[in-house]
Amino acid sequence: MSRPIKVLIAKAGLDGHERGALVVAMGLRDAGMEVVYTGIRNTPEQIVAAAIHEDVDVIGLSSLSGGHMAQFTRVMDLLKKEQIKGVLVFAGGIIPDDDVKKLKKLGIKEVFGPGSTIASIAEFITKSRR
Amino acid sequence: MKPEIEQPGKFPFTRGIHATMYRGKLWTMRQYAGFGTAKETNKRYRYLLGQGQTGLSMAFDLPTQIGYDSDDSMALGEVGRVGVAISSLADMEQVFTGIPLDKVSTSMTINATAGILLALYLAVAEKQNVPWSKVSGTVQNDILKEYIARGTYIFPPKPSLRLIADIVEFCAKEVPGWNTISVGGYHMREAGCTAAQEIAFTLADGITYVQTCVERGLNVDDFAPRLAFFFNCHSNFFEEIAKFRAARRLWAHIMRDRFGAKNERSMMLRFHTQTAGSTLTAQQPDNNVVRTTLEALAAVLGGTQSLHTNAKDEAIALPTEESALLALRTQQIIAYESGVTAEPDPLGGSPYIESLTDQLAQQAREYLNKIDNLGGMLKAIESGYVYKEIYHAAYEHQKAVERKEKIIVGVNECVSDKKLKIQMQKIDPQLEPRRRHDLAALRKKRNAAKVTRCLATLEKAAQGTENLMPIIVDCVRNYVTVGEICKVLRGTFGEHRANHSI
Repeated sequence: MSRPIKVLIAKAGLDGHERGALVVAMGLRDAGMEVVYTGIRNTPEQIVAAAIHEDVDVIGLSSLSGGHMAQFTRVMDLLKKEQIKGVLVFAGGIIPDDDVKKLKKLGIKEVFGPGSTIASIAEFITKSRR
Repeated sequence: MKPEIEQPGKFPFTRGIHATMYRGKLWTMRQYAGFGTAKETNKRYRYLLGQGQTGLSMAFDLPTQIGYDSDDSMALGEVGRVGVAISSLADMEQVFTGIPLDKVSTSMTINATAGILLALYLAVAEKQNVPWSKVSGTVQNDILKEYIARGTYIFPPKPSLRLIADIVEFCAKEVPGWNTISVGGYHMREAGCTAAQEIAFTLADGITYVQTCVERGLNVDDFAPRLAFFFNCHSNFFEEIAKFRAARRLWAHIMRDRFGAKNERSMMLRFHTQTAGSTLTAQQPDNNVVRTTLEALAAVLGGTQSLHTNAKDEAIALPTEESALLALRTQQIIAYESGVTAEPDPLGGSPYIESLTDQLAQQAREYLNKIDNLGGMLKAIESGYVYKEIYHAAYEHQKAVERKEKIIVGVNECVSDKKLKIQMQKIDPQLEPRRRHDLAALRKKRNAAKVTRCLATLEKAAQGTENLMPIIVDCVRNYVTVGEICKVLRGTFGEHRANHSI
């Protein structure tokens, strides 16, 4: 049997809204994935270090405070710098459409806004990892 | 049914804290606002006051709330985002340019750094030649719910509670018109808890603050009348009305029976309400106007003292000037046109409302007993109990929505493909570099010797037990920054690290 997909759910920056991150974390766990949750207030450096330490397949980044462009860009830069390949990165939170386009250009595969279901996120991860 | 019918303005105030309620005075219309720079925020405040808003409600950005100056590396990406960036007295002076502090009341959503922001406000009052006895407002100053749900804590619980008691004690003497704590259930509800949990966890936090101040040696009736509350108003119309009634009844009993308050004002639960941000949807945003109207009406029927109505675009971004105005107009229509203000607690006596009120009071009482058995709210928080209760409730809600047991119009039913392009309030990306530049200039300009002396005095006092407020006021008068003050306090008190897992 192959090991379950391992996901890091990470809160970036100073934002304390963790309902979405926690609900997604609990939902993916119940969907059979192994989930590590960072808790709130992580620098991009801490998130990337956790991803390496935990050897995850997927990183889910969450921000609802508007700091996503600066913070997620830095996470993607650091992943490149650390030469981490094959890790699927997705994001969620309050992220305007214009920024979604920019984030996708950086290599963030999908952005889940308000109203997204756990089922759709789980399906996205499973399909992308296939 | 109760053995005797309760009356508005009479203990235990289930039916409202005033006998005449809105016939005597409408609620305060207080829209939470603030973003970007002090200059932009000043412009928005003057606009809102010009449109008939009756009080200010100040939103700070996260670095300000967590004690970092705009030029700190920890502030990356967050400057001016969820509120205005305030690092020094220069910023605060600019926010209140042309707004006389003896003419408005200002509520500040500020917790870990509440003492510093209050000090800044008082320093602005001095500059405007307004005596402290004439200023009025509120600091949220409710750290416990930050550990549970909102996340803007800095220090561990014990020194945090000391800072709270310092503010309560200082204001009782120096700023009698100031509401020293606004005990909040709003954020716990947003994080996912139920109505009964919102009542119980909020009152349990309130009990902890009262206990802390009593242990400091303060007389309960000297400070309790200045405590206020802050509730959410969610989508379940009658349940929310009953929630406010139940909370008032329970608090009156707690203050009289548990703390021996003699002054009726100590027993009155006064509260601000905000409609529920978490009920707003990014899909079909115009629907949010309707949701907010219903929620605001429930808050008014529940007897709120002040109200914030959310703007329709808040599931997507900060409100634009246009959407912020529509939100204010929503509550003005309820106030001036609907006629619901004619009678205090107009639903009181309805068998349905009365039984809902009794049920919620009973459920909240059970939670309060459980928290007492865990050794009090501080222990309950530290053990992770409160956090888990809230997130399990949030998860159950999400599952119910995905199974369509709960319907959200435009999200899981009544969906339409048409995507509405809405206008968005944007924050200038050049703001952060500009703030760094301005702060560098400020640090060069101010009296460095005074700054060093102020910070040394603060450090020494923090290590002891004296009230820190007068010292913090002195710091900000000399343009010591929020970040510098917090750095000293972090060094003395340490920092809280949450240990939460799923």
